[in-house]
Amino acid sequence: MKSLVYREIPGRSAGFYALLGGLGLFILAGLTAAYMMDKYGHIITGMNDQVVWGLPHVFAVFLIVAASGALNVASVGTVFSKTIYQPLGRLSALLAMALLAGGLTVLMLDLGRPDRVIIAMTHYNFRSVFAWNVFLYSGFFAFTAIYLWTMMERRMGAYKKSAGVVAFVWRLILTTGTGSIFGFLVARELYDSALLAPMFIAFSFSYGLAIFVLVLMAAYGWTGRPLGDLILQRLRKLLGVLVAASLYFVIVYHLTNTYFAAHRGVEAFILLHGGIYTALFWVGQVFVGSLLPLAIIFHPRLSKSRSMIAFASILVIAGGLAQMYVTIIGGQAYHLVLFPGYQEASSFFDGVNHHYTPSVAEFFLGLGGVAITCAITVVGMKVLRFLPESLDDQAVDPHAAAKS
Amino acid sequence: MSDTDKSRRKFIGTSAAAVAGLSIAPGVSLLQTAQARPADQAASSKNRWGLLIDSNKCSSGCDKCVTACFTANWVKEAHGPTDSQWIRKVDLKSLSNGKSHSLPVMCQHCENPPCVDVCPTGASFKRADGIVLVDRHICIGCRYCMMACPYKARSFVHHPLTDQNPEVPRGQGTVEACTLCDYRIDRGELPACVDACNQEGNGAMLFGDLNDPSSEIAKRVATENTTQIRADLQLNPGVRYEGV
Repeated sequence: MKSLVYREIPGRSAGFYALLGGLGLFILAGLTAAYMMDKYGHIITGMNDQVVWGLPHVFAVFLIVAASGALNVASVGTVFSKTIYQPLGRLSALLAMALLAGGLTVLMLDLGRPDRVIIAMTHYNFRSVFAWNVFLYSGFFAFTAIYLWTMMERRMGAYKKSAGVVAFVWRLILTTGTGSIFGFLVARELYDSALLAPMFIAFSFSYGLAIFVLVLMAAYGWTGRPLGDLILQRLRKLLGVLVAASLYFVIVYHLTNTYFAAHRGVEAFILLHGGIYTALFWVGQVFVGSLLPLAIIFHPRLSKSRSMIAFASILVIAGGLAQMYVTIIGGQAYHLVLFPGYQEASSFFDGVNHHYTPSVAEFFLGLGGVAITCAITVVGMKVLRFLPESLDDQAVDPHAAAKS
Repeated sequence: MSDTDKSRRKFIGTSAAAVAGLSIAPGVSLLQTAQARPADQAASSKNRWGLLIDSNKCSSGCDKCVTACFTANWVKEAHGPTDSQWIRKVDLKSLSNGKSHSLPVMCQHCENPPCVDVCPTGASFKRADGIVLVDRHICIGCRYCMMACPYKARSFVHHPLTDQNPEVPRGQGTVEACTLCDYRIDRGELPACVDACNQEGNGAMLFGDLNDPSSEIAKRVATENTTQIRADLQLNPGVRYEGV
């Protein structure tokens, strides 16, 4: 295999600056939303004392989960020694850190007191899975940065495998932590399941890869660099397997919940009569996010089309956002049962399912996080050598290319 | 001085002493039950403050405990979805026999509080005497405690606040809940809700030390059929219920 040449993207075209300008506007809008929320309070959001985590959390948790998933492309290359994935390792690590940065920014700016975020680093309650996550996030940045260093610095190449293994293990722990933020909430019926941790890991694999595929296609398409079918088809098949794995966990999770008499109420709410949550589950998470992309990915003719692979990736992302909405907001919208066997009523909305309508401020805060992720990725690719000049079939796997 | 004057003076003196005695007596009896704690003395784990709420004595239309709580703690919000409610009246109707109950629900001051477990900064904490509080200085407003509380007992301050009770600091962007009127307990007084319920003559709320076997609350919890909300979670709340 000829040695790969990594090169910064030129980043001089009008399109490049238009892209950065557009992202800048979204970041500005997100920061403005955060400023307004800080000044006027969360009263300007749709959140309330019943649905305490809203749309910003949907975006934030999605980005954080996808972050660890985006690193898997690098892991497959380094940890599992699949050479075809190795040229993608640098971009994979960059995207992982960018996604985490975007997600954490949203999470931080949605705090009631974002000015006190430093307290989260000076006062720790070690029983809190949230506090563990603070370590997991900073560790992820650190280990991924070291891993990236071993990939980009020739003299550090000898440590690449070790760094890759550490980053891979850490990302598994990180997503276990993210899933456990919900899994440890024993009082809420939709959560309270150890299955949430591995299910979130499966989600992270598919969301992260879907985002990676889109970024890869955009980066190579917009810079006119060759991107061969060989690598794209490998990524397509991998995405198919990961989407199927996610769907498997979703089925097992809901089946298990349905088996518990105490959880049947919330299951009926999500699966049958929860309005927007039921619609988002079946149409968004299951059909758009799982079945449709699977049909495209494994369709003999459609799977050959690049635009269809990109479309399938977009569907997986849309389904992922729907899943987060159902999990995070649907789980809170279903009322807590304080007195089983009784009909409950109060001025604090006991006994009724709760309403939540996201506000414009929340939407822009979430999009601001996405824009931060994109901006870090774009600027990163311009200033450092993340992308191989060519990913045509000959470059990624000459033997396979020769056979085909 | 005439005999009439002497007699009148004696009568006034005796009456004044009686009135003074009657006014002080409840305070003295309170000191016996709650016992004021000197300001320089930390809360002690010898105490476990708790409430016993008898739903048989609590009527559906009465919300004196709620009003008293809001007044004492200067919680001035209405009852909208973003408004704080440190205590609320919950009306229950049995699905099996249709029997109705009404009772106040507030922070249950658990022995094993999930809010304290999940709080990343330690802002949610349990005092040695069992009162679960939020340290408003280090609460970052993440609302994870609200996600974790099985009783929906916590509220988030959604808007700027003005005009606060200096003894009960509150803050925009932080989480708050029933403090069991810790500042009143420390002075040897009853929580505002219990006080109001007693003044109303209902006597549905009994405050006391669950750790003191001679206290009325401990005796009744030991001998009567009391329940805990979500007893299945084994959080051992300091607030117990009777009649439901």
